[in-house]
Amino acid sequence: MEPAELLAAYEQMTVIRRTEKAAHDLFLQGLVKGTTHLAAGHEAIAVGASAALRPDDYVFATYRGHHHAMARGATPEECLAELMSRATGLCGAKGGSMHLTKAATGMLGSYAIVGAHLPMAAGAAWSARLRGTDQIAVAFFGDGATNIGAFHEALNLAAVWKLPVLFVCENNLYMEYTPIADVTAVARPAADRAPAYGVPGEVVDGNDVVAVQDVVARLAGRARAGDGPALLEARTYRHFGHSRADPATYRPAEEVERWLKHDPLDLARGRLIEIGVPEAVVAEADERATSLVAKAVDAAKAGPAPDPREALTDVWADGGAAWRT
Amino acid sequence: MADVISYREAVAEGIAREMRRDPSVVCLGEDIGEAGGVFKTTVGLFKEFGPERVWDTPISEQAIVGAAMGAAMTGMRPVAEIMFSDFLACCWDYLANEIPKVRYMTGGQVTVPLVVRTANGGGLGFGAQHSQATENWALTVPGLKIAAPATPADVIGMMAAAIRSDDPVVFFEHKGLLATKGAPPPPDHVVELGRAAVVREGTDVTLVALASMVPVALKAAELLAGEGVDAEVVDLRCLVPLDMSTVLASLGRTSRLVTVEENPYQGGWGATLVSVVADEGFALLDAPVRRVAGECVPLPFADALEEEVIPTVDKVVAAVRGLAAY
Repeated sequence: MEPAELLAAYEQMTVIRRTEKAAHDLFLQGLVKGTTHLAAGHEAIAVGASAALRPDDYVFATYRGHHHAMARGATPEECLAELMSRATGLCGAKGGSMHLTKAATGMLGSYAIVGAHLPMAAGAAWSARLRGTDQIAVAFFGDGATNIGAFHEALNLAAVWKLPVLFVCENNLYMEYTPIADVTAVARPAADRAPAYGVPGEVVDGNDVVAVQDVVARLAGRARAGDGPALLEARTYRHFGHSRADPATYRPAEEVERWLKHDPLDLARGRLIEIGVPEAVVAEADERATSLVAKAVDAAKAGPAPDPREALTDVWADGGAAWRT
Repeated sequence: MADVISYREAVAEGIAREMRRDPSVVCLGEDIGEAGGVFKTTVGLFKEFGPERVWDTPISEQAIVGAAMGAAMTGMRPVAEIMFSDFLACCWDYLANEIPKVRYMTGGQVTVPLVVRTANGGGLGFGAQHSQATENWALTVPGLKIAAPATPADVIGMMAAAIRSDDPVVFFEHKGLLATKGAPPPPDHVVELGRAAVVREGTDVTLVALASMVPVALKAAELLAGEGVDAEVVDLRCLVPLDMSTVLASLGRTSRLVTVEENPYQGGWGATLVSVVADEGFALLDAPVRRVAGECVPLPFADALEEEVIPTVDKVVAAVRGLAAY
C-alpha cells in the first residue's frame, strides 16, 4: 500500500471502529433494538479486502457485517439509522443490524443464517462468468460457518465450476461462545478444508490491513484470470462479545489482552509512523473519523420513523405484497 | 409441432421457448444436461443450448438453489431443478429464509427472478421420501409465488410466466401427470400467474383442485353428472397469487365448495382457501365446506396403501354426494 492508501485505510477502519462504538452506546441508551453483532476488531479484513477489489465486484457478508457495509460504500449515518429503525436507514429499517445491504455498490447483503451466503456468492461469480464480465464475488463468513453444509457445498461447486469467487473466513477463535477449536476436526477451520476441494487455502493476519490487502489482491487476480476460487482464513478477534447479550466472559483475560495489543488500528498507525507519515497527519485522520461519526449519530437520530404502511411493501418486484386476488 | 405434446415434453419445451427469447435464462440441476433429467423433463436443452446454459450440478441442493439466487441477484434468470420436491427440505433455508426475504429485508434493493422447478406428488409408488405433495410447504412462506400446472399447455404458458417473473417462483411439476398429453399451445403462449381456470362449468357444487387433482375432480364430476349433480371444476393453477376471485365467483353460482388436495389435510392449501371463503364468502354457501385431502400420515409404498392416503375419484364423489344431500 502507498502511504496515501494506507492512511485512507486507517481512516476508514477508524470510522468503522467509532461507528461500532456508537452502535454499542446507542444500544445501551435504548435507541437500538433487537441485537447487534459488532465487528470492532475485524476492521482490517473488510477494509484490506475492499482495497483489493474493484468497485463492480460483489460482496456478501454475515450478520456481523457493519464493517463490510461501510467498507463497500455505506455511510455510518445510513448504517446507524438502520440500527435505530429510521426510514433513512440503509434498508428503510426493514432489515436491521443483521441485514445491512448496499446493492448499488455491489454489497449484496448481510445474511443471518450461518453459511447461507456462500452458495449465493458462488452464484454471483457464476453469473459474472455467464455474462462475460471479469467481476469476482467475495463471501465473508465466520469460523463457525466452516462446519455447516452450505460452506462445503459452495466450496465444491465453486471448485468444480472454477468460479471467480473468494471465500474469506474471519476466524475470531469463537464460533459464538464456544472455542472453534473445540468443535472442529482440524486446527485451521477454513484453510485446512481447502485441500479437500482442491483450492488454495491460505492464512493471513486479519488484523494487518496491508497483509489482507496483499493476499486478497493476489487471490482476486487469480480468480479474475479464470484460475478459480480460493479460501482465505483471516485470524482476528472480537472486541465485544458475540452479540449484545454476550459479555464474553468465557475468554481468558490473557488472551483478550494479547489480542487487544494486536489491534488492527494500532498496527496500521504504527506502520504509518514507520513509513514517515507525521503523527499530526494521523491525528487529523482520527479527528475526521470522530467528527464524521458524531455527525452521523446526530443525523441518524434525527431521521424519521418509517411510515407504518411500508410494512406492506417490497415483497414483490412490483413493490407490493398482494398474495391473492 | 406435433398434434399432441406430453406434460413431460411441455416442461422442456416451455423452458426452451424462454431460453430462445432471453439469453439470461440458464438452467442448473442434477442430471439435467446430457442425461435430460431423471424425469426426462429437460431432454433436448443441453443439445440446443450447450453447457454454458445448461449446467449439471453435484448433489448439493443448497449450492444449486443458493447459486441460483446469487445469479438471479446479478442479472441472470436461473431455472434451478430440485429433482424431487421432497428434497426441497435439503435447501429449505433458501426457500424459507433467503429467496423470499432478501427483497423485503433490504428495503427493495434486490430482485430475485428465479424459478425452482421440482417433481412433486405421489401415486407412483416411490415411498415416503419421494412422493410427497409439498406445495403447502411453500405456501407457508410469504414471498414465494407457487405454480402447479395440470396440463401440457399450462406447463408451457405458466413456465413462460414464471421465468419472465421478476419474483421467485416455485414450479411444481406433477410426476403423475408427466405422461399425460394435450394440445400444444401456440407460440408465445403465456398464462399469467394467479389466474385459476374454470375447466368444467356446473351449477350445483364447486370442486377446487390443483395439479394431479384436477383430472381426479373432472372424473368425479363426470360420474356425478350421471347422478344428476352438476359440478363446476376450478383448476387453481397457482397457490400464490391465489385466485380467490374465480373461486368466490364460482361459489356465487354453486353455493357449495369441495377442495380436492393431494397435500395433507393438516396444513393443506385448502385450509387457507376455505378460510378466505369463510371470511368473505360465507353468505354464498348453502352447505358446509368439505376438504378432500391427503391423510395425515407419511406416504406409504404399496399401491393399496397409497390409495388410502391420496384423494381418489371415489372419495371426491362420496364427499360431493354428502354435500349435495345437505
